[in-house]
Amino acid sequence: MIDRSTPPLKSLYQQLILDHYRKPRNRGELDDRTVEVLMRNPTCGDEITLQLKVEDERIADVKFLGDGCSISQASVSMMTTLLKGESLDKAHKLATRFTKMMHGDEEAARDPDLGNLRSLAGVAKFPVRIKCALLGFDALQEAMKKTRGEEEDAEG
Amino acid sequence: MPSVSTPDALDPSAVRGDFPILDQQVHGHPLAYLDNAATSQTPTPVLEAIQSYYRNDNANVHRGIHELSRRSTDAYEGARMKVARWIGAEDAGEVVWTRGTTEAINLVASAWGAANLEEGDEILLTDMEHHSNLVPWQLVAARTGARLRYLELDDEGRLRLEDLPGILAGGRVRIGAVGHVSNALGTINPVREIARQLHAAGALLLVDGAQGAPHAPVDVAELGADFYAFSGHKMCGPTGIGVLWGRRELLEAMPPYQGGGEMISEVQRDYSTWAELPHKFEAGTPNIAGAVAMGAAVDYLDGVGPERILVHEQGLVRQALEGLQAMPGVRVFGPRDPEGRAGVVPFTMEGTHPHDIATILDSQGVAIRAGHHCAQLVMKRYGVSATARASFYLYNTADDVDRLLDGLESVREIFG
Repeated sequence: MIDRSTPPLKSLYQQLILDHYRKPRNRGELDDRTVEVLMRNPTCGDEITLQLKVEDERIADVKFLGDGCSISQASVSMMTTLLKGESLDKAHKLATRFTKMMHGDEEAARDPDLGNLRSLAGVAKFPVRIKCALLGFDALQEAMKKTRGEEEDAEG
Repeated sequence: MPSVSTPDALDPSAVRGDFPILDQQVHGHPLAYLDNAATSQTPTPVLEAIQSYYRNDNANVHRGIHELSRRSTDAYEGARMKVARWIGAEDAGEVVWTRGTTEAINLVASAWGAANLEEGDEILLTDMEHHSNLVPWQLVAARTGARLRYLELDDEGRLRLEDLPGILAGGRVRIGAVGHVSNALGTINPVREIARQLHAAGALLLVDGAQGAPHAPVDVAELGADFYAFSGHKMCGPTGIGVLWGRRELLEAMPPYQGGGEMISEVQRDYSTWAELPHKFEAGTPNIAGAVAMGAAVDYLDGVGPERILVHEQGLVRQALEGLQAMPGVRVFGPRDPEGRAGVVPFTMEGTHPHDIATILDSQGVAIRAGHHCAQLVMKRYGVSATARASFYLYNTADDVDRLLDGLESVREIFG
């Protein structure tokens, strides 16, 4: 039988999420950025511009600009708090873990590496909102691809 | 749309029984369906028409001499006549079946545009158009070298009609493409006046009637339209069927839009001749069941009385506007006077994104739309990236509007 009962809204709109939505961390322009990606969700108009300063395969600094719903903006805000100082490999792992959590993987949802991002686990029960939560990480993946592509070009 | 002299009020509870989909619980609450500008629900007589067509009469049209083909052709052409009557067209040959409004507009932009537009010509659009009445014109402009001109909007979401004479004075506008009713603002546009000015300047007018035809009586001749496009699924019909109405001499002069069976008269190795109107524009096996169902939808709406639908919607709009305007931090878009708008109420709430509003309302069984509503120029004009939008139809009740307003109180509690 299809379960049509409501997933509790409280699992979606936790205080931590609303706090990041109201007071986003690392919001602004990063003047010495090495890469910038604009990611849009064309169906709803949400957008995030993610700026990274990458040095020696490490994210030295990160900022974002954005406009969108509480889920997309809180998610990218939390993401930036975890990225500073991390290696690109670690950032890629975080993105993969987070994406798994969004698709309902309960083990990923317990991964302490995800930190505050675990408060977004409830989004998995709202299928139409999963894209919102992933927008920042989509921008991150694209930024890393761009960075690595440029490195290869430079080496090649 | 003509103002109507006090018709008997529409009682939504009397028609709700015709819409089985409305009788359901969503997330533990009765469904309040307020997303009618996106698509409307389908009454039992239309559902039965689809089933009856496939159960009893299904055959290809205009091809066979067997009984079923005769019946399906009669049903298909009968539906065309019903739709012609619905929009006040005397000649059913001017009614072309399409996949929907989008295809109808693409047909004109492509077939009329290719034959009539050249470099330096101008196409008049407005900042409130749905993307389906913008992008086809951008495509034909790129192909022909024609330029796009825009009528802008005032602060209340009405067209700045005072700018029109200046745009037309250049003498280069060949066609205007204007929405009858804005899906993003609810504004009912002064189509007749726009038609008058365009015609005086030697230009044509296409009216995007996707939000017009479903909600009030339409008379294409009285409107002064040269083309009128609309969709079945926004007026109690199914998806995948729509209509282009065009003046006969314009359609006759236009080249075909697509080639294939059904649209030809004679085919030789290196040339073909075209079928008579409207078949010239209906290549391939059409959406026969869709057309038949759209005919049934027109019968249904005729039975309810199109003039009563707009009045009913405006009552709901008035109730919604009063409730919304009393809420702090709520901004409503579109004309303040309910008489100037159809049943579309877009709004934003300070500190809460429209998607979050829509999710919270959905958890209470209230279905609204949130986003840019395929009208990004409107969002840009009013400095927002998205709005929440409630839109009404004949089966919506005052209780539905109360549920919307109550839901917004709980949005405020969460986002407070």
